[in-house]
Amino acid sequence: MYISLSDRSGGKREKPRGATTALSSEVPFRLSPVILWLGLVSMVTDVSSESVTAILPLYVTGFLGLSTIAFGFIDGINQGASALVRIAAGWAADRSGHPKRIALAGYGLSMLARIGFLFAGGFWAVAAIVTGDRIGKGIRTAPRDALITVSAQPEHLARSFGVHRMLDNIGAAAGPMIAFLVLLMIPNGFSTVFVVSLAFAVIGVAVLGLVVPDLRADRLKGIEGLKGIEGAGQTAVLPKQRRRLFAFSWSHLREPGLGRLLISAGLLGLLTIGDGFIYLVLQDRDSFAVQWFPLLFVGTNIVFLAFAIPLGRLADRVGRVPVFVGGHIALLACYLLAAAPFGGLWSTLGCLILLGGFYAATDGVLAALASQLTPPGKLATGIASAQTVVALSRMTAAAGFGVLWYAVGASTAMVAAGALLACAVVAVVFILPGAKPKPVNA
Amino acid sequence: MMSTLTGGKLRWGILLAVTLLVLAAAGIYAVGAYQRFEESRTAAPSVGVTAGQPLPGVPFVLFRNTAGGQGYGNAATVPLSNPGGTRAVSEQACDRVYGTAVTVVCLRTNRGIVTAFEAAVLNRDWQQQRAWPLPGIPSRTRTSPDGSMIATTVFVTGHSYATAGFSTATEINFTAAGSGGSGNLEDFALIVNGERLQATDRNIWGVTFAPGQSDVFYATAASAGRIWLVRGSLSAKTLTAVHDNVECPSISPDGTRIAYKKNDGGTLTAHWNVAVLDLATGQETVLPEKRSVDDQIEWLDNQNVLYGLADENTPGDSNIWKLATDTASQPSLFIPHAWSPSVVR
Repeated sequence: MYISLSDRSGGKREKPRGATTALSSEVPFRLSPVILWLGLVSMVTDVSSESVTAILPLYVTGFLGLSTIAFGFIDGINQGASALVRIAAGWAADRSGHPKRIALAGYGLSMLARIGFLFAGGFWAVAAIVTGDRIGKGIRTAPRDALITVSAQPEHLARSFGVHRMLDNIGAAAGPMIAFLVLLMIPNGFSTVFVVSLAFAVIGVAVLGLVVPDLRADRLKGIEGLKGIEGAGQTAVLPKQRRRLFAFSWSHLREPGLGRLLISAGLLGLLTIGDGFIYLVLQDRDSFAVQWFPLLFVGTNIVFLAFAIPLGRLADRVGRVPVFVGGHIALLACYLLAAAPFGGLWSTLGCLILLGGFYAATDGVLAALASQLTPPGKLATGIASAQTVVALSRMTAAAGFGVLWYAVGASTAMVAAGALLACAVVAVVFILPGAKPKPVNA
Repeated sequence: MMSTLTGGKLRWGILLAVTLLVLAAAGIYAVGAYQRFEESRTAAPSVGVTAGQPLPGVPFVLFRNTAGGQGYGNAATVPLSNPGGTRAVSEQACDRVYGTAVTVVCLRTNRGIVTAFEAAVLNRDWQQQRAWPLPGIPSRTRTSPDGSMIATTVFVTGHSYATAGFSTATEINFTAAGSGGSGNLEDFALIVNGERLQATDRNIWGVTFAPGQSDVFYATAASAGRIWLVRGSLSAKTLTAVHDNVECPSISPDGTRIAYKKNDGGTLTAHWNVAVLDLATGQETVLPEKRSVDDQIEWLDNQNVLYGLADENTPGDSNIWKLATDTASQPSLFIPHAWSPSVVR
């Protein structure tokens, strides 16, 4: 069995079947302005959402005077809902042939939710607004990644995603800083944070709506894509069939490559325990001052944004699968380092670098892999499927790890998760063809 | 490549105009908010206050002042004989306060690029004696009657299964510096129906100290959707469930009854009634307060309780209400523009 690759693997179809991507070095990299603009849209949108997320606990408990245990439940429900909406939105983007419109709807919904904050009073208002924001995020992600795929040079797909993820994370890092700066100046200035957040959301929607073109995956690359599928020995799927209602639910399984990617990503996701636990282990072990706890999140974020492009480039050169698998090896190293009996600043920094590296090696690369393995007519659906599988499996992992944590203790649980992850990585090397780095001049 | 972008100078003009417009609007709003804050910070207080005084003689009520103007958010006191009268406002900003005749515990938020939280112990001249960092947003605090122990409950983000979920961290510390503490009470053994619970997830919150018993305290424990009143032992490091559905217990001055909030809604649609439990008989009485009370109740005396309620019309403001512990009583306003009452006898 081999993986069929569509045209986005790089115009190398005359090569033997199963050959992986073309050499990125053969084609000079030119960043599509569409990707730059989409990156800017994500950046200002992340400033908008992360600035509110960072201060929400303070607002709800400190200012509104509400207990917020229930927020945990709501957030869990939202994450599940967001994951499911994502598939539906991906499918709608493919079916309508207008990924931009769907993405715009998602960004627009999040923007509308921010207006609600200006009038929010009670717990339910806040919960409803947060839900709206989450669902908007679920809607927009896959169509946006489909637009990136269509705009990118196939040879530099992972690098292009890297550029987008870097901009995205700059926004995610800047948002909380802006929010806390506002609160530093105006101690109860939550409404100012909401207004600033809304302003950034409006800019994001305006850039997307006015500047980014509505690129249609099947029109631009559909013919080539069909060839790619034929070339791989599959029955050509006609556009009409591809557009059939609910076809998405089972059609992935007929893409052997995507099916294997979903299984692999799900397996690895089941052993991705969540950053919160890693930070807690680090904090318990080193008992460094609790007030520095938030800096762990910031540190991981900065490493992610710094490595997003270099690791994307690497993925284009040596193959996306090896980098994706390698990212999980970094995560494994992070588990072991966190569980190790020796602590100290360097060990903590090492963990943050490994964790940030894990995200840089897997987040954009997964989207690149999914789009590489999906025919153009199902691009957004394919990306959404992969992201949903990862999101749901990580939620399961966090819940499962919580059980293990209390049963056997933090370090032992961490080592156990690491051991299982090592097994999963080995399994994935066999499940996903192309997991071994290819020679540079294959 | 630019040609593939949706072209036209008009669109770029619109984008530029929209961007400048919303940034200008947000900027103007921020400047206005800053000016309003500066004005309110320096404005004359909206209630009668005096400043720069030590703790008064007992009995008095210690609380967080939420009256607009100068001194908003600061710890304050009024004599128990005249709770609605002129309040003595300190310079210490606190989210939550509690105290004895000579010691004040102040949980506060230190704003900055990295926002941090701490517990501070103040003497009767409001001078800080010691402080330690808290792992999250202040929620509850109590001192033991002799002032030797301090319990704190905070909301922690990032602890829960969902990364953005909420959980609590509750600790008991000794007031004297360098004498350690309980650590997180989540690590105490939780005993329900005589069996040690091996639960995967648990939260402890709302400690109250039993009068005259230095080792005993009560608190709320929750696991897997169930909530108990637990009796804690510091020396044995145990929490033993004694009653169901009791949140934020508060033991009466005579040590015979516990006032608490009782959820009569669902997990998500919480509605907390004020209830009183007789420890000897297990008799529970739900009091006739119709509003949802999300606070740790404080006993005014052995017959009356106090609690804070957020002001519906003014975000950031709240009032302290008084309620007798019989089923015929009606809540009455005790101290307006106040929060986190602590009755010091």
